[in-house]
Amino acid sequence: MEIATQTQFHVLAVDDSSLERKLIEKLLKTSYQVFLYSVTTVDSGSKALEFLGLKEDQKSNASTFPYQKETKVNLIITDYCMPGMSGYDLLKKIKESSALRDIPVVILSSENVPSRVTRCLEEGAEAFFLKPLKFSDLARLEPHLSKSKNTPEKHNLFKSKTVMMKKRNKRKREEEHDEMHETVGVTGPKLKLTPSD
Amino acid sequence: MASAPFKAQLTDLLNSMFAMDFLDEQFKELQMLEEASGPGFLTEVVTLFCGDAERIISQLDALLNEPAVDFGKVDANVHQLKGSSSSVGAKRVALVCIKFRNVCQENDKEGCIAALHEIRHEFDELRKKFQTMLQLEQQIQDLDSK
Repeated sequence: MEIATQTQFHVLAVDDSSLERKLIEKLLKTSYQVFLYSVTTVDSGSKALEFLGLKEDQKSNASTFPYQKETKVNLIITDYCMPGMSGYDLLKKIKESSALRDIPVVILSSENVPSRVTRCLEEGAEAFFLKPLKFSDLARLEPHLSKSKNTPEKHNLFKSKTVMMKKRNKRKREEEHDEMHETVGVTGPKLKLTPSD
Repeated sequence: MASAPFKAQLTDLLNSMFAMDFLDEQFKELQMLEEASGPGFLTEVVTLFCGDAERIISQLDALLNEPAVDFGKVDANVHQLKGSSSSVGAKRVALVCIKFRNVCQENDKEGCIAALHEIRHEFDELRKKFQTMLQLEQQIQDLDSK
Protein backbone atom coordinates (compact mmCIF):
# COMPACT_ATOMS: atom_id res chain seq x y z
CA MET A 1 0.00 0.00 0.00
CA GLU A 2 1.34 3.42 -0.85
CA ILE A 3 1.12 6.39 1.42
CA ALA A 4 2.04 9.82 0.11
CA THR A 5 3.38 12.46 2.46
CA GLN A 6 4.48 16.03 2.06
CA THR A 7 8.11 15.07 2.35
CA GLN A 8 8.08 12.65 -0.56
CA PHE A 9 11.10 13.10 -2.79
CA HIS A 10 11.11 11.60 -6.26
CA VAL A 11 14.24 11.11 -8.32
CA LEU A 12 14.32 10.15 -11.98
CA ALA A 13 17.56 8.49 -13.05
CA VAL A 14 18.41 8.08 -16.73
CA ASP A 15 21.19 5.76 -17.97
CA ASP A 16 21.39 3.22 -20.77
CA SER A 17 23.46 0.82 -18.65
CA SER A 18 21.52 -1.48 -16.32
CA LEU A 19 24.54 -1.71 -14.03
CA GLU A 20 24.70 2.08 -13.70
CA ARG A 21 20.96 2.30 -13.04
CA LYS A 22 21.28 -0.27 -10.28
CA LEU A 23 24.16 1.65 -8.67
CA ILE A 24 22.48 5.04 -8.84
CA GLU A 25 19.26 3.64 -7.44
CA LYS A 26 21.07 1.94 -4.57
CA LEU A 27 23.15 5.00 -3.78
CA LEU A 28 20.09 7.23 -3.68
CA LYS A 29 18.04 4.83 -1.62
CA THR A 30 20.83 4.36 0.88
CA SER A 31 21.53 8.06 1.16
CA TYR A 32 18.03 9.40 1.31
CA GLN A 33 16.89 8.06 4.60
CA VAL A 34 14.99 10.98 5.98
CA PHE A 35 12.26 11.03 3.40
CA LEU A 36 9.77 8.73 1.91
CA TYR A 37 11.46 8.59 -1.44
CA SER A 38 10.95 6.97 -4.74
CA VAL A 39 13.48 6.37 -7.46
CA THR A 40 12.44 5.71 -11.03
CA THR A 41 15.07 4.54 -13.49
CA VAL A 42 14.72 4.64 -17.26
CA ASP A 43 17.15 3.60 -19.96
CA SER A 44 16.83 6.51 -22.40
CA GLY A 45 16.18 10.22 -22.75
CA SER A 46 12.98 9.62 -24.70
CA LYS A 47 11.61 7.37 -21.95
CA ALA A 48 12.52 10.05 -19.44
CA LEU A 49 10.53 12.65 -21.38
CA GLU A 50 7.63 10.24 -21.68
CA PHE A 51 7.67 9.69 -17.94
CA LEU A 52 7.78 13.42 -17.36
CA GLY A 53 4.75 13.83 -19.58
CA LEU A 54 6.52 15.53 -22.46
CA LYS A 55 6.71 14.05 -25.92
CA GLU A 56 10.02 14.54 -27.79
CA ASP A 57 8.56 16.19 -30.83
CA GLN A 58 6.26 18.57 -29.03
CA LYS A 59 7.01 22.08 -27.95
CA SER A 60 6.17 22.73 -24.33
CA ASN A 61 3.38 25.22 -24.94
CA ALA A 62 1.70 22.93 -27.46
CA SER A 63 1.94 19.83 -25.30
CA THR A 64 -1.07 17.56 -25.27
CA PHE A 65 0.50 15.64 -22.41
CA PRO A 66 0.41 18.14 -19.58
CA TYR A 67 2.73 17.55 -16.67
CA GLN A 68 0.95 15.18 -14.33
CA LYS A 69 1.01 15.82 -10.64
CA GLU A 70 1.33 12.10 -10.00
CA THR A 71 4.62 11.92 -11.81
CA LYS A 72 6.10 14.92 -10.03
CA VAL A 73 9.86 14.67 -10.04
CA ASN A 74 12.16 16.55 -7.67
CA LEU A 75 15.49 15.71 -9.28
CA ILE A 76 16.71 14.27 -12.55
CA ILE A 77 20.07 12.52 -12.75
CA THR A 78 21.15 11.65 -16.26
CA ASP A 79 24.12 10.05 -17.96
CA TYR A 80 25.71 12.27 -20.62
CA CYS A 81 26.69 9.61 -23.16
CA MET A 82 23.65 7.67 -24.31
CA PRO A 83 22.69 6.30 -27.71
CA GLY A 84 19.98 8.36 -29.40
CA MET A 85 19.20 11.31 -27.15
CA SER A 86 22.21 12.34 -25.10
CA GLY A 87 21.99 13.64 -21.55
CA TYR A 88 22.73 17.10 -22.92
CA ASP A 89 19.83 16.85 -25.38
CA LEU A 90 17.57 15.75 -22.56
CA LEU A 91 18.73 18.64 -20.41
CA LYS A 92 17.93 21.10 -23.21
CA LYS A 93 14.44 19.74 -23.70
CA ILE A 94 13.72 19.91 -20.00
CA LYS A 95 14.94 23.50 -19.73
CA GLU A 96 12.90 24.47 -22.80
CA SER A 97 9.73 23.19 -21.16
CA SER A 98 7.82 25.61 -18.97
CA ALA A 99 6.40 22.71 -17.00
CA LEU A 100 9.74 21.03 -16.36
CA ARG A 101 12.43 23.70 -16.34
CA ASP A 102 12.45 24.14 -12.57
CA ILE A 103 13.40 20.55 -11.94
CA PRO A 104 17.09 20.35 -11.07
CA VAL A 105 19.07 18.26 -13.54
CA VAL A 106 22.40 16.66 -12.74
CA ILE A 107 24.68 15.27 -15.45
CA LEU A 108 26.89 12.22 -14.96
CA SER A 109 29.80 11.47 -17.25
CA SER A 110 32.64 9.00 -17.29
CA GLU A 111 34.87 11.60 -18.97
CA ASN A 112 36.07 14.90 -17.60
CA VAL A 113 35.87 17.11 -20.68
CA PRO A 114 35.92 20.79 -19.64
CA SER A 115 33.95 22.00 -22.67
CA ARG A 116 31.33 19.36 -21.95
CA VAL A 117 31.04 20.49 -18.35
CA THR A 118 30.70 24.15 -19.37
CA ARG A 119 28.09 23.35 -21.98
CA CYS A 120 25.95 21.49 -19.50
CA LEU A 121 26.22 24.05 -16.75
CA GLU A 122 25.44 26.85 -19.22
CA GLU A 123 22.40 24.97 -20.37
CA GLY A 124 21.15 24.94 -16.79
CA ALA A 125 22.42 21.74 -15.20
CA GLU A 126 22.76 22.03 -11.43
CA ALA A 127 25.91 19.96 -11.35
CA PHE A 128 28.16 17.76 -13.41
CA PHE A 129 29.64 14.72 -11.73
CA LEU A 130 32.17 12.19 -12.86
CA LYS A 131 31.13 8.59 -12.71
CA PRO A 132 30.99 6.59 -10.62
CA LEU A 133 28.68 8.66 -8.44
CA LYS A 134 29.63 8.78 -4.76
CA PHE A 135 27.97 9.66 -1.47
CA SER A 136 30.11 12.80 -1.30
CA ASP A 137 28.69 13.94 -4.64
CA LEU A 138 25.16 13.67 -3.32
CA ALA A 139 26.11 15.71 -0.25
CA ARG A 140 27.51 18.44 -2.52
CA LEU A 141 24.20 18.53 -4.37
CA GLU A 142 22.13 19.52 -1.40
CA PRO A 143 22.53 23.33 -1.57
CA HIS A 144 21.53 23.25 -5.25
CA LEU A 145 18.40 21.31 -4.48
CA SER A 146 17.09 23.57 -1.74
CA LYS A 147 16.84 26.34 -4.36
CA SER A 148 14.23 24.36 -6.21
CA LYS A 149 10.64 25.09 -5.29
CA ASN A 150 9.96 21.39 -5.62
CA THR A 151 12.20 20.53 -2.73
CA PRO A 152 11.14 20.46 0.90
CA GLU A 153 13.66 22.82 2.43
CA LYS A 154 13.51 22.14 6.09
CA HIS A 155 15.11 18.74 6.16
CA ASN A 156 18.64 17.60 5.69
CA LEU A 157 18.40 15.70 2.43
CA PHE A 158 21.63 13.85 2.44
CA LYS A 159 23.12 11.87 5.20
CA SER A 160 26.89 12.02 5.25
CA LYS A 161 28.85 8.83 5.24
CA THR A 162 29.54 9.09 8.99
CA VAL A 163 25.92 9.54 9.86
CA MET A 164 25.02 6.68 7.61
CA MET A 165 27.55 4.37 9.22
CA LYS A 166 26.31 5.31 12.68
CA LYS A 167 22.81 4.56 11.54
CA ARG A 168 23.91 1.20 10.18
CA ASN A 169 25.49 0.24 13.48
CA LYS A 170 22.50 1.40 15.46
CA ARG A 171 20.25 -0.44 13.07
CA LYS A 172 22.09 -3.67 13.70
CA ARG A 173 21.13 -3.36 17.36
CA GLU A 174 17.57 -2.17 17.22
CA GLU A 175 16.28 -2.13 13.69
CA GLU A 176 12.60 -1.31 13.72
CA HIS A 177 12.62 1.02 16.69
CA ASP A 178 15.25 3.39 15.34
CA GLU A 179 13.81 3.66 11.86
CA MET A 180 10.48 4.78 13.22
CA HIS A 181 12.10 7.48 15.31
CA GLU A 182 14.68 8.79 12.85
CA THR A 183 12.47 9.25 9.81
CA VAL A 184 10.48 12.46 9.75
CA GLY A 185 6.81 12.69 8.88
CA VAL A 186 6.71 9.15 7.60
CA THR A 187 4.32 6.41 8.36
CA GLY A 188 3.92 3.08 6.69
CA PRO A 189 5.97 1.37 4.03
CA LYS A 190 8.35 3.16 1.67
CA LEU A 191 6.86 4.36 -1.59
CA LYS A 192 8.50 2.62 -4.48
CA LEU A 193 7.79 2.97 -8.16
CA THR A 194 8.61 0.07 -10.36
CA PRO A 195 11.55 0.92 -12.62
CA SER A 196 10.31 1.06 -16.15
CA ASP A 197 13.06 -1.12 -17.60
CA MET B 1 31.36 -19.81 14.86
CA ALA B 2 31.24 -22.20 11.94
CA SER B 3 31.59 -19.46 9.35
CA ALA B 4 34.87 -18.13 10.82
CA PRO B 5 37.28 -19.96 8.49
CA PHE B 6 35.22 -18.85 5.47
CA LYS B 7 35.22 -15.28 6.70
CA ALA B 8 38.99 -15.46 7.05
CA GLN B 9 39.30 -16.82 3.52
CA LEU B 10 37.06 -14.08 2.18
CA THR B 11 39.06 -11.38 3.96
CA ASP B 12 42.29 -12.79 2.52
CA LEU B 13 40.81 -12.98 -0.94
CA LEU B 14 39.54 -9.40 -0.89
CA ASN B 15 42.78 -8.09 0.59
CA SER B 16 44.78 -9.71 -2.18
CA MET B 17 42.38 -8.40 -4.83
CA PHE B 18 42.87 -4.87 -3.52
CA ALA B 19 46.63 -5.32 -3.20
CA MET B 20 46.95 -6.56 -6.77
CA ASP B 21 44.68 -3.83 -8.19
CA PHE B 22 41.98 -6.21 -9.30
CA LEU B 23 39.76 -3.96 -7.23
CA ASP B 24 40.00 -0.33 -6.18
CA GLU B 25 38.33 2.18 -3.84
CA GLN B 26 35.08 2.12 -5.80
CA PHE B 27 34.53 -1.50 -4.74
CA LYS B 28 34.83 -0.35 -1.13
CA GLU B 29 32.03 2.15 -1.77
CA LEU B 30 29.91 -0.75 -3.02
CA GLN B 31 30.77 -2.79 0.05
CA MET B 32 29.58 0.11 2.18
CA LEU B 33 26.33 0.25 0.25
CA GLU B 34 25.81 -3.43 0.93
CA GLU B 35 26.61 -3.01 4.61
CA ALA B 36 24.11 -0.18 4.88
CA SER B 37 21.34 -1.86 3.01
CA GLY B 38 21.64 -5.60 3.54
CA PRO B 39 23.05 -8.58 1.60
CA GLY B 40 22.44 -9.21 -2.07
CA PHE B 41 23.53 -5.95 -3.60
CA LEU B 42 27.14 -6.92 -4.31
CA THR B 43 26.04 -10.22 -5.81
CA GLU B 44 23.65 -8.39 -8.10
CA VAL B 45 26.19 -5.81 -9.16
CA VAL B 46 29.00 -8.30 -9.74
CA THR B 47 26.66 -10.53 -11.73
CA LEU B 48 25.46 -7.60 -13.84
CA PHE B 49 29.04 -6.55 -14.48
CA CYS B 50 30.17 -10.02 -15.53
CA GLY B 51 27.21 -10.34 -17.87
CA ASP B 52 27.92 -6.93 -19.43
CA ALA B 53 31.61 -7.67 -19.82
CA GLU B 54 31.05 -11.03 -21.48
CA ARG B 55 28.58 -9.55 -23.90
CA ILE B 56 30.87 -6.66 -24.79
CA ILE B 57 33.93 -8.88 -25.20
CA SER B 58 32.00 -11.12 -27.64
CA GLN B 59 30.85 -8.08 -29.57
CA LEU B 60 34.39 -6.73 -29.78
CA ASP B 61 35.60 -10.08 -31.03
CA ALA B 62 32.96 -10.05 -33.77
CA LEU B 63 33.73 -6.44 -34.73
CA LEU B 64 37.48 -7.08 -34.99
CA ASN B 65 36.87 -10.11 -37.19
CA GLU B 66 35.11 -8.02 -39.82
CA PRO B 67 37.12 -7.47 -43.03
CA ALA B 68 36.65 -3.71 -42.61
CA VAL B 69 36.73 -2.88 -38.92
CA ASP B 70 34.30 -0.22 -37.70
CA PHE B 71 36.55 1.47 -35.18
CA GLY B 72 33.74 3.76 -34.10
CA LYS B 73 31.69 0.80 -32.89
CA VAL B 74 34.75 -0.78 -31.31
CA ASP B 75 35.42 2.43 -29.41
CA ALA B 76 31.80 2.71 -28.27
CA ASN B 77 31.92 -0.82 -26.88
CA VAL B 78 35.22 -0.31 -25.11
CA HIS B 79 33.88 2.96 -23.68
CA GLN B 80 30.93 1.03 -22.25
CA LEU B 81 33.16 -1.60 -20.73
CA LYS B 82 35.42 1.03 -19.24
CA GLY B 83 32.37 2.65 -17.66
CA SER B 84 31.07 -0.59 -16.17
CA SER B 85 34.45 -1.67 -14.87
CA SER B 86 35.09 1.74 -13.27
CA SER B 87 31.68 1.66 -11.63
CA VAL B 88 32.25 -1.75 -10.11
CA GLY B 89 35.84 -0.98 -9.07
CA ALA B 90 37.48 -3.40 -11.52
CA LYS B 91 40.68 -1.40 -11.81
CA ARG B 92 42.82 -3.63 -14.01
CA VAL B 93 40.06 -4.14 -16.54
CA ALA B 94 39.40 -0.39 -16.64
CA LEU B 95 43.10 0.32 -17.24
CA VAL B 96 43.28 -2.06 -20.18
CA CYS B 97 40.18 -0.38 -21.60
CA ILE B 98 42.03 2.94 -21.61
CA LYS B 99 44.91 1.33 -23.53
CA PHE B 100 42.41 -0.20 -25.91
CA ARG B 101 40.77 3.14 -26.65
CA ASN B 102 44.13 4.67 -27.46
CA VAL B 103 44.97 2.08 -30.11
CA CYS B 104 41.43 2.16 -31.39
CA GLN B 105 41.62 5.89 -31.94
CA GLU B 106 44.67 5.27 -34.12
CA ASN B 107 42.69 2.72 -36.14
CA ASP B 108 45.33 0.16 -35.24
CA LYS B 109 43.67 -3.22 -35.86
CA GLU B 110 46.57 -5.32 -34.59
CA GLY B 111 46.80 -3.17 -31.50
CA CYS B 112 43.07 -3.64 -30.90
CA ILE B 113 43.30 -7.40 -31.23
CA ALA B 114 46.15 -7.47 -28.73
CA ALA B 115 44.24 -5.21 -26.34
CA LEU B 116 41.15 -7.41 -26.59
CA HIS B 117 43.27 -10.43 -25.75
CA GLU B 118 44.55 -8.62 -22.68
CA ILE B 119 41.05 -7.59 -21.62
CA ARG B 120 39.83 -11.14 -21.95
CA HIS B 121 42.71 -12.34 -19.79
CA GLU B 122 42.15 -9.70 -17.11
CA PHE B 123 38.42 -10.26 -17.07
CA ASP B 124 38.79 -14.06 -16.82
CA GLU B 125 41.11 -13.65 -13.83
CA LEU B 126 38.72 -11.23 -12.16
CA ARG B 127 35.66 -13.31 -12.84
CA LYS B 128 37.24 -16.37 -11.20
CA LYS B 129 37.99 -14.32 -8.11
CA PHE B 130 34.48 -12.86 -8.07
CA GLN B 131 33.02 -16.36 -8.30
CA THR B 132 35.08 -17.49 -5.32
CA MET B 133 34.05 -14.35 -3.44
CA LEU B 134 30.35 -14.96 -4.07
CA GLN B 135 30.65 -18.63 -3.12
CA LEU B 136 32.36 -17.75 0.15
CA GLU B 137 29.73 -15.09 0.91
CA GLN B 138 26.98 -17.60 0.28
CA GLN B 139 28.62 -20.17 2.56
CA ILE B 140 29.03 -17.55 5.28
CA GLN B 141 25.41 -16.49 4.97
CA ASP B 142 24.18 -20.09 5.06
CA LEU B 143 26.20 -20.91 8.16
CA ASP B 144 25.38 -17.68 9.97
CA SER B 145 21.68 -18.08 9.45
CA LYS B 146 21.62 -21.44 11.15
